[in-house]
Amino acid sequence: MMLTVTGLNAWYGRSHVLQGVDLTVGRGEIVSLIGRNGAGKTTTLRAIMGLIARRSGRVEFEGVDILPLPVHRRHRLGIGFVPEDRRIVAGLSVRENLRLGMLAGVDRGAAAAFMASLSGMFPRLVERLDQPADTLSGGEQQMLAIARALASAPKLMMLDEPSEGIMPVLVDEMFQLFGRMRRDGTTILLIEQNVERALGISDRAYIIDQGRIVHQGDAPALLADTAIQERYCTV
Amino acid sequence: MSPNFLLLQAFTGFALGAIYVLLAVGLALVFGLLTVINFAHGAMFAVGAYIGIFVFGLTGNFWISLVIVPLAVGGIGLVVERVLVRPLYGRGIDYPLLLTFGLSYVLLDLIRILWGKQGLPFDAPDALSGAVDIGIGYFPLYRLFLIALTAALLVGLWLFIDKTSYGLVIRAGARDPEIVRVLGIDIARVWLMVFGIGTGLAGLAGMLAAPLQGVFPEMGTPALMVAFVITVIGGMGSLVGAVVAGLLVGLAESFTAIFAPQFSQLSMYVIMVLVLLLRPQGLFGRAGLLG
Repeated sequence: MMLTVTGLNAWYGRSHVLQGVDLTVGRGEIVSLIGRNGAGKTTTLRAIMGLIARRSGRVEFEGVDILPLPVHRRHRLGIGFVPEDRRIVAGLSVRENLRLGMLAGVDRGAAAAFMASLSGMFPRLVERLDQPADTLSGGEQQMLAIARALASAPKLMMLDEPSEGIMPVLVDEMFQLFGRMRRDGTTILLIEQNVERALGISDRAYIIDQGRIVHQGDAPALLADTAIQERYCTV
Repeated sequence: MSPNFLLLQAFTGFALGAIYVLLAVGLALVFGLLTVINFAHGAMFAVGAYIGIFVFGLTGNFWISLVIVPLAVGGIGLVVERVLVRPLYGRGIDYPLLLTFGLSYVLLDLIRILWGKQGLPFDAPDALSGAVDIGIGYFPLYRLFLIALTAALLVGLWLFIDKTSYGLVIRAGARDPEIVRVLGIDIARVWLMVFGIGTGLAGLAGMLAAPLQGVFPEMGTPALMVAFVITVIGGMGSLVGAVVAGLLVGLAESFTAIFAPQFSQLSMYVIMVLVLLLRPQGLFGRAGLLG
């Protein structure tokens, strides 16, 4: 397994948000984590990335326990993370946002190659490289956030609700991109509100509810199981 | 009152403002990036002046002192951030504020122990003494040097922040430190460096101010006040604001000195009150964070 999460607990102040989450992601897989708002999806990804101060358990990435490591070290090991709300840095241009993604662990050659490949994968961004990043549309900003995280060629890419608030045509484009990333060898752990879409592209999925994994299985089987979807995924 | 006289007075204001700008830029940089209100900034100003005296005593060379002072005070800043301030991140803005407040008194007493309570003279080097004709009249060479050096440092700082990878991280880190960490950058190292640059600038300002005002242990207290007032006028954390407000305060002080000398120290507070009434976020507040 590329990523093995065992007994992951997390707290925000006094509230015990994750209560022993177990999940695995194998090399080359796309795995979805689905559940209602407040179920613990975002916290799970943030804890894997190292952004939750109070946590316990074990998170192994390629055999290394990364839970004690600071955030930037997890990135260097090959974990990319696109948090919710895109987190495009306002005041910087599109190009500068991309450069920000290439400062750690990307040599000049790889950076140049990435910028050259940009026109194929993110044509909209190439046209707007020198524009202030906050003038992009929501969908373009999301593409920029994904491109920025991809720039360091992560082995595992974690995405938190990438399609939220984005035009359907761009959502199509984005899911095509995920397929392409997988073919290029990137493993993906995905949080999505759009359950059908997420399951449609995933190999496996976990359903999380009140900080615990309540169900797991192959994506096609879960896609067919409307009872489970209704129980855990409708708002 | 001739126009040339007023222009010369403006130059005097710029020279005074140059010192203020160096002081305030360091304070604004640290606040903008680390959200640390550094109450020891004034003490670093005084430490800079005394280290200047010390190095000048050893070498007899003003220029060597000019290089060593910012490095030495910046180095002290690195130790302060790493050992004292860093453990307080994430605990609210008042912890580092109180810590640096206490530190300023420790530094003040250290200065008194090492150099005594009496003020000391610090002369401008021979090469910079005297006055030159700048077309509108004779102007002290040392003050001209202050204006030029500050301008050069500001250009260098701007190039560093606007054109380098480090600068990119600084600009991004001021807005969203978390995403900077997620993208693999050890932001703690950047904060360390910025604290060092900020205190180094304060130390340099202290040494540069020394030939104008002499050197005394308490010189950091009024300097801290001026730096805070300028930061409030310019907008907390705004570098452009610190530059504009620093020059503004220098000019105001210089011109008030002609018409009503007894009020010259008061002028900056009048500006601050006006700005707070009309534009509470400061001239370049928030929207211009590190802009």
